[in-house]
Amino acid sequence: MKARVHVMLKRGVLDPQGEAIRHALGAMGFQGVEGVRQGKVIELDLADGVTEAEVTEMCEKLLANTVIESYSIEMG
Amino acid sequence: MRAAVVVFPGSNCDRDLAVAFAREGFDVTMVWHKETALPDGVDIVGVPGGFSYGDYLRCGAIAAQSPICRAIVDHAGRGGYVIGICNGFQVLTETGILPGALLRNAGLKYICRTVELRVETADSAFTAGYEKGQKISIPIAHHDGNYYADAETLARLRGEDRIAFTYTDNPNGSVADIAGILSADRRVLGMMPHPERAADPGHGGTDGLALFRALAGVLAPA
Repeated sequence: MKARVHVMLKRGVLDPQGEAIRHALGAMGFQGVEGVRQGKVIELDLADGVTEAEVTEMCEKLLANTVIESYSIEMG
Repeated sequence: MRAAVVVFPGSNCDRDLAVAFAREGFDVTMVWHKETALPDGVDIVGVPGGFSYGDYLRCGAIAAQSPICRAIVDHAGRGGYVIGICNGFQVLTETGILPGALLRNAGLKYICRTVELRVETADSAFTAGYEKGQKISIPIAHHDGNYYADAETLARLRGEDRIAFTYTDNPNGSVADIAGILSADRRVLGMMPHPERAADPGHGGTDGLALFRALAGVLAPA
């Protein structure tokens, strides 16, 4: 089984990398991109029986820094 | 007086920090990150700058889970002194010993130069050798030094006089120009600038010396 963890900077936390991407897209002529946020995806290969609750604990303790980041988990 | 300097894979300011402690009379032990305990009788732990674990995942995140960090959390919990510089500051926020987090510099660039700091409080073992409001020159060298704390945390830091240093010309986007903060018991300092790189005339500046000298003054046996 796999779990896919999405980690994003929280709303309200400045994302300078996202801003740089937005500027670059504008400079390339792509119109109408009003905001860009950059995050990361972490894929976990899990043995049978590992629960979403355990993945949540992994997120809280290591995969995300909940001071600045939010996360979401997709199982399966 | 005993100091321990922690060494992670990727630490690169560990020896500089050890030299800065030693010249003020500390007996310094280097401690590998896989150790599960600090040496007996350690008065202060130094968490040095560098790129622990290659900054993988987040700066300081993997180091914060290492065995020695559990011992450092316990040491701080008992009222022990800790100083975290640069990557060490990132490690201390990742362990939760200090509040907030360090984000990518607002300008996205790695910055390596000497900056001017304002000493915001002289009320700590680290800053007692300075005057409040004093301006000092200390080098920075970081890519992720943009201090972030939410409004509530910031209000608490201000209300409890826990902002140790601010930048006079903010280089990295840090909230409230913060360069360094203290723990609630004032015995843990985290700062992005490198006082150990301004602790010898050969460094081109000695404004960091007063920090180590003040610590030695507080921790010297009576």
